[in-house]
Amino acid sequence: MHYLDANASEPLRPEAKAAMAAAFEITGNPSSVHAAGRAARRVLEDAREKIAACFGARDQDVVFTSGGTEADALAVHALGAARRVTIGATEHDAIRAAAPSAAILPVDRQGVADLDALRSWLSAGPPALVCLMLANNETGTIQPIGEAAALCRAHGALLHVDAVQAAGRFPVSLAALGCHAIALSAHKLGGPKGVGALLLTPELTGIAPLIAGGGQERGRRGGTPALAAIAGFAAVTGLSAAQSRLAALRDRVEAAAVQHGAIVCGGQAPRLANTTALALPGVRADAQVIGMDLEGVAVSAGAACSSGKVQTSHVLTAMGLGSLAGQAIRVSLPWNVTDDAIDAFEAAYARMAARLRPALVPADA
Amino acid sequence: MPALPMTDSPPRPNRPVYLDNQATTRCDPRVVAVMLPWFTEQYGNPHSVEHVMGRTAEAAVETARGHVAALLGADPREIVFTSGATESNNIAIKGAARFAAKYGDNERRRIVTVATEHKCVLESVADLKDEGFEPVFLPVGADGLLDLDVLRDALTVPTLLVSVMAVNNEIGVIQDIPGLAAIAKEAGTLFHTDIAQAVGKIPVDLTGWRVDLASVSGHKIYGPKGVGALFVRRRPRARVLPLFSGGGQERGLRSGTLPAPLIVGLGEACRLAGEDMADDTARIAGLRDGLLERLLGLIPGIAVNGSVAHRIAGNLNVTFPESSALEMLERMPDLCVSTGSACSSAEVEPSYVLRALGLSDAAAGRTLRIGIGRFTSPADIDYAASALAAAHSGHHAAPLPEA
Repeated sequence: MHYLDANASEPLRPEAKAAMAAAFEITGNPSSVHAAGRAARRVLEDAREKIAACFGARDQDVVFTSGGTEADALAVHALGAARRVTIGATEHDAIRAAAPSAAILPVDRQGVADLDALRSWLSAGPPALVCLMLANNETGTIQPIGEAAALCRAHGALLHVDAVQAAGRFPVSLAALGCHAIALSAHKLGGPKGVGALLLTPELTGIAPLIAGGGQERGRRGGTPALAAIAGFAAVTGLSAAQSRLAALRDRVEAAAVQHGAIVCGGQAPRLANTTALALPGVRADAQVIGMDLEGVAVSAGAACSSGKVQTSHVLTAMGLGSLAGQAIRVSLPWNVTDDAIDAFEAAYARMAARLRPALVPADA
Repeated sequence: MPALPMTDSPPRPNRPVYLDNQATTRCDPRVVAVMLPWFTEQYGNPHSVEHVMGRTAEAAVETARGHVAALLGADPREIVFTSGATESNNIAIKGAARFAAKYGDNERRRIVTVATEHKCVLESVADLKDEGFEPVFLPVGADGLLDLDVLRDALTVPTLLVSVMAVNNEIGVIQDIPGLAAIAKEAGTLFHTDIAQAVGKIPVDLTGWRVDLASVSGHKIYGPKGVGALFVRRRPRARVLPLFSGGGQERGLRSGTLPAPLIVGLGEACRLAGEDMADDTARIAGLRDGLLERLLGLIPGIAVNGSVAHRIAGNLNVTFPESSALEMLERMPDLCVSTGSACSSAEVEPSYVLRALGLSDAAAGRTLRIGIGRFTSPADIDYAASALAAAHSGHHAAPLPEA
């Protein structure tokens, strides 16, 4: 099986495995004051320091959560209280569900948020929370967060950035972005599933918890922290695959698919080096994914969360792709992708497309 | 004073001596061994059911769900995975209240819990006051147990939810959950129980107990930190709203990518708990009783807090006649025991659990929680007895001998 579904979950890096194996040897609860507790707390606080430093935050402004979804939910819960909320049209379901009645900020055909629309919306009313993702999980499109942050600050708005797919793929700094919060997920950077973080700017102290009780994480998130998973998270923080190599392999994937009739969605915008969304006109996305699976190549139709019931991608729909939004697969290259996997993709895609493309569409269209 | 029997079992690496197994437990090496391959070789997202790697992870999650359900006397479809018991308690209490507020039952605004519950239950119940509910905190007796009649009286006012923990985290007392749940049922009230400290310690039968919601933690049962479960009864269905949403995993009750390896670890911990419970309990009870006997001989005037008869095997909660607990802790750096709940162990405030039993602040300040577990050896108990006796008499405990 060739795994080309990194945006669903990156393969675990060996550094994370080693750190977790060591952490599982530590018995203590980091909240306990005795020697075993202090040993656990040291692991926790070392991890916090490393993650804070890497992502441009202060140690005390890192709140560990169970993952990206909880981090996004906590951000909207804590920062959106008594504020009107707008979210980008291509946001992850974690944000969409956390702010179900939010205004939707449109994107262009490449998936880039319309900052003019944001400016007029911000000018039109009272203090706001804006949620805009750094890199999209389906297309890899990178949003102009720096500009959005400047706009938000000029209008007294808060900006929360879901950086789950960007972190580990290119340098991400809360301070440099100028936004107010970023959400991270360890398993999207080659760490373990079950841990993430919300990083806040120093101005946001004392946020209201979503999960109450126990007083952990300075009262911002109750519950015994997932110590081993946090150690694994820290161990992979700062690691990154060679992006130029990923981009070259991604270009090979796109060239092969385009040769067999595919259209690259959002290919003109700045985007992640490892991600491409490939629409094959006239062929349902789920049929393509199953076809590729039978050929031994793991890809997906959009986000993994909603898998099982394949739906039309809200991301591609927002980009104005119409019926193509239900006919696109996501190929996302993991940090350890091999050249063989790309060879396998090329062959598999050719066979899949030959089998599934409607007869009416000429093969060279 | 009889000496403890020595066993032939190989010495376990337990340095410093860890007797705080209600705060957290060592992740069992057998659990780690089963869990690690799921981190490295099988890294698919369990929600990516479109490809084989996702389906493999999904199958492992479902096997684990079966292990959890089997141990709890539940149907696998009644198990929702969470990040831990704190999150489960938050979902159960706030989720049940918010469901009722949104979809109907506006008669019942009362939410009843007990003064000795875990902080996260007390805070979740208290937080609901802002949402128009009436929090009620029932007292316990000097033995730490909730009297059935006290609950019955509280439920004469129409009540939405009762939350009572099965086993207390500080004093280890076992509440009569089947009896309390029956009273709640008669009153038409939902019943939630935090079973984080009960799982693997006493037989749990959620179906037979007729509870609606129950919270489980991985790291209290020799599993990993960062994973837990919420039991949500199917027939009749207990209805709760999620705390947060997103990808719609766990039937919409708990969104977020499931941490398949941690869940595999929780499942294995539950499977082992089912296999080992009888043996563990007998051995741990022997160690606990031996330690208590030693302490009673060495330190006249010590008192055990909470019912001794209705208590899990691994817990002692002891008030010492003379020395302050904090000073004793300083005198025995090689022994890990605690003044109470780990969450608040950095606080200087006396334990609210001990206060609820009627202890004075002074007595609470002379009290230690001692938690014995699966990896405690007779040698650990020997060391603990002498270290506690020395510390109580104002001396520094001898350092732990080399293994």
